Amino acid sequence: MAKNEEDKLINDVTNKEYEHGFVTDIESDTFPKGLDENVIRGISAKKEEPEWMLEWRLDAFKVWQTMEEPDWAHVKYKKPNFQDISYYSAPKQKPELESLDEVDPELLDTFKRLGISLDEQKRMSGVAVAVDVVMDSVSVKTTFQDTLAKKGIIFMSISDAIKEHPEMVKKYLGTVVPVKDNFYSALNSAVFTDGSFCYIPKGVNCPMELSTYFRINEEGTGQFERTLLIADEGARVSYLEGCTAPQRDENQLHAAVVELIAMDEADIKYSTVQNWYPGDKNGLGGVFNFVTKRAVAEKNAKISWTQVETGSAVTWKYPSTILKGDGAVGEFYSIAVTNNYQQADTGTKMIHLGNNTKSTIISKGISAGHSENSYRGLVSISPNAKNARNFSQCDSLLMGNTCGAHTFPYIEARNPTSHIEHEATTSKISEDQIFYCNQRGIDTEKAVALIVNGFGKEVLNKLPMEFAVEAQKLLEISLEGSVG
Amino acid sequence: MLKLKNIKASVEDKDILKGLNLEIKPGEIHAIMGPNGAGKSTLSSVIAGKEKFSVDAGEIEFEGEVINDLAPEERAHKGIFMSFQHPIEIPGVTTTNFVKAAVNAKRVAEGKEELTPGEMLRLIKEKSALLELDRKFLSRSLNEGFSGGEKKRNEIFQMAMLEPKLAILDETDSGLDIDALRIVANGVNMLRSPERSAIVITHYQRLLDYIVPDFVHVLYDGRIVKTGGKELALELEEKGYDWIKEEIDNK
Ligand SMILES: Nc1ncnc2c1ncn2[C@@H]1O[C@H](COP(=O)(O)OP(=O)(O)OP(=O)(O)O)[C@@H](O)[C@H]1O
Ligand SMILES: [Mg+2]
Repeated sequence: MAKNEEDKLINDVTNKEYEHGFVTDIESDTFPKGLDENVIRGISAKKEEPEWMLEWRLDAFKVWQTMEEPDWAHVKYKKPNFQDISYYSAPKQKPELESLDEVDPELLDTFKRLGISLDEQKRMSGVAVAVDVVMDSVSVKTTFQDTLAKKGIIFMSISDAIKEHPEMVKKYLGTVVPVKDNFYSALNSAVFTDGSFCYIPKGVNCPMELSTYFRINEEGTGQFERTLLIADEGARVSYLEGCTAPQRDENQLHAAVVELIAMDEADIKYSTVQNWYPGDKNGLGGVFNFVTKRAVAEKNAKISWTQVETGSAVTWKYPSTILKGDGAVGEFYSIAVTNNYQQADTGTKMIHLGNNTKSTIISKGISAGHSENSYRGLVSISPNAKNARNFSQCDSLLMGNTCGAHTFPYIEARNPTSHIEHEATTSKISEDQIFYCNQRGIDTEKAVALIVNGFGKEVLNKLPMEFAVEAQKLLEISLEGSVG
Repeated sequence: MLKLKNIKASVEDKDILKGLNLEIKPGEIHAIMGPNGAGKSTLSSVIAGKEKFSVDAGEIEFEGEVINDLAPEERAHKGIFMSFQHPIEIPGVTTTNFVKAAVNAKRVAEGKEELTPGEMLRLIKEKSALLELDRKFLSRSLNEGFSGGEKKRNEIFQMAMLEPKLAILDETDSGLDIDALRIVANGVNMLRSPERSAIVITHYQRLLDYIVPDFVHVLYDGRIVKTGGKELALELEEKGYDWIKEEIDNK
């Protein structure tokens, strides 16, 4: 867009604001700190969004202003000052480094232990990669895009989708997680800047795992991500979010919203590995991760959430499924690890609305150090849902005596034909187990990793192959130093 | 190979080993018998380096080196193996995965490469066949829900995988049916060589028909109070321990 055209546009959208002394420098890459209507107009303008999108954001902002930050979760933290955050930052250009020698050795060490290839290490740490490697990855992406396009699959950034497929975004955005659902979803709706959009047409089986890594115009992970994934009737897709490499970020607050829609007979598998910076050993720093993830499953559709949560200082996250259609299936498999002073309050909600709906919850919490790890889950069976079934299993593994594990299962069964089973266990890694491993030549750190991986096996087995191997190593690294 | 010099050991301020001496030369098999609570399992744990037991006096010498201060895994890397009287359950960890970790940990400590998955598989197949272990068994969680006999057989399978220099078998025979006893004894005898030694702790002389010991010791009240040849085991089976207790009390 030409300079004067852009100026004109900005002038148009911010017209009123100038009167009130709108000072955001639209040329700059980062907005000044603070949040008001002008900032939202600014974001929308930067993103070249249509009018309806701006209106949607502004409505969300109004809603958000009437809401209060929730405090029911079993976490303690200093509430963020929402006026002390900058809400727009242009896609970051990572500094180009000459070679891996210039990269933080600690980061490299972690990469190495995760088994990440050299090229990949370079890519992730911003080292200029050799031309052939670039060509290679471009061609991989092109092939990838071609394959998807042939099947009619749309996979792009949410910002592009708003421009290229406005009718679809307009139709579905906010239908699963309404703006007013909660404080953070309202905030996200007002200010989101990154995220993915994905549509799988009727009857199409997506031929590869979709991960944001392959999305063109990759912009890195943002503070307020918005993901919208629609699987049309009979479609199938497996989606990977996050990565196992350590994610350092100066942004303290992350508030993403993920909406999944599985139409009749569709099948969505959504896997997450979350490894945001957890803060240091003394609990200083670290990311606050307040995420709203929800799916709707229509008739005979299936939603499977799998998550491995090892990062963040504070995590607040309940990937949920509304089992709307008859015969819908919801699954939630989760491993949440907390060490040092990390706090996690995570779980799921399974809302049974249809007949013969079925849900499975397997939650594995591992707490070490001074951390607090809570499972919070709701199984709700509506009066109209005949023969609904749920099985929940919540296991906690404690390492040491200074950490906490808590389970808050809520069950609302309002139909007598439903069948609900709940099992919960709490265990500790015993000295005898450690000694047994030691006696076989396995040192204590490896022994802990082995035992923890065994504990989380049912969940790890649900991850796509390449993710699973990395996730296992990640668990090991997350718990380093947790046993004396 | 192993020299125990006047070992005194306690747990939670309770003295259990009270000046124990024992010497095992390469290639020898020593049986240790003795009444319940005499300290046999404690002795095994002390040699293996379980930190819960404090060694208050004496030296544990293995191949000429005092190993009192070595961690259990370091002792394991040097070739000490203990078959547990009560093998421990590790939920979710398959036997295969566990032995893989053990074998590779030892190799790395010895400065060798880890085995490739193919080599590991071959080794596992070979050793499990030797102990007539069902393949299904290898993919079950370690010791979880195993019968008493299965646990013991699994211990010996691990021993076969690790090929230790010194094997300590703590009541490996208890819980074994006749066939399993023969198989397990076979597994031990296969490892027998002029360089390898074993300590066989048992209550029944029957095992010693299969694994013929060079010496039989009686451990009583934290000390070795009598040593003899294989015939001592027969005598103990016949007469029990009272005559030994009397002998000691009269001293
Ligand atoms: N952790 C412990 N705490 C307290 N006492 C212990 C502990 N471990 C062993 N003991 C005691 O030490 C003594 C020796 O136990 P040990 O297990 O070595 O006997 P053992 O000779 O192996 O007996 P058995 O033939 O029954 O296996 C017993 O009195 C036992 O109760
Ligand atoms: Mg014993």
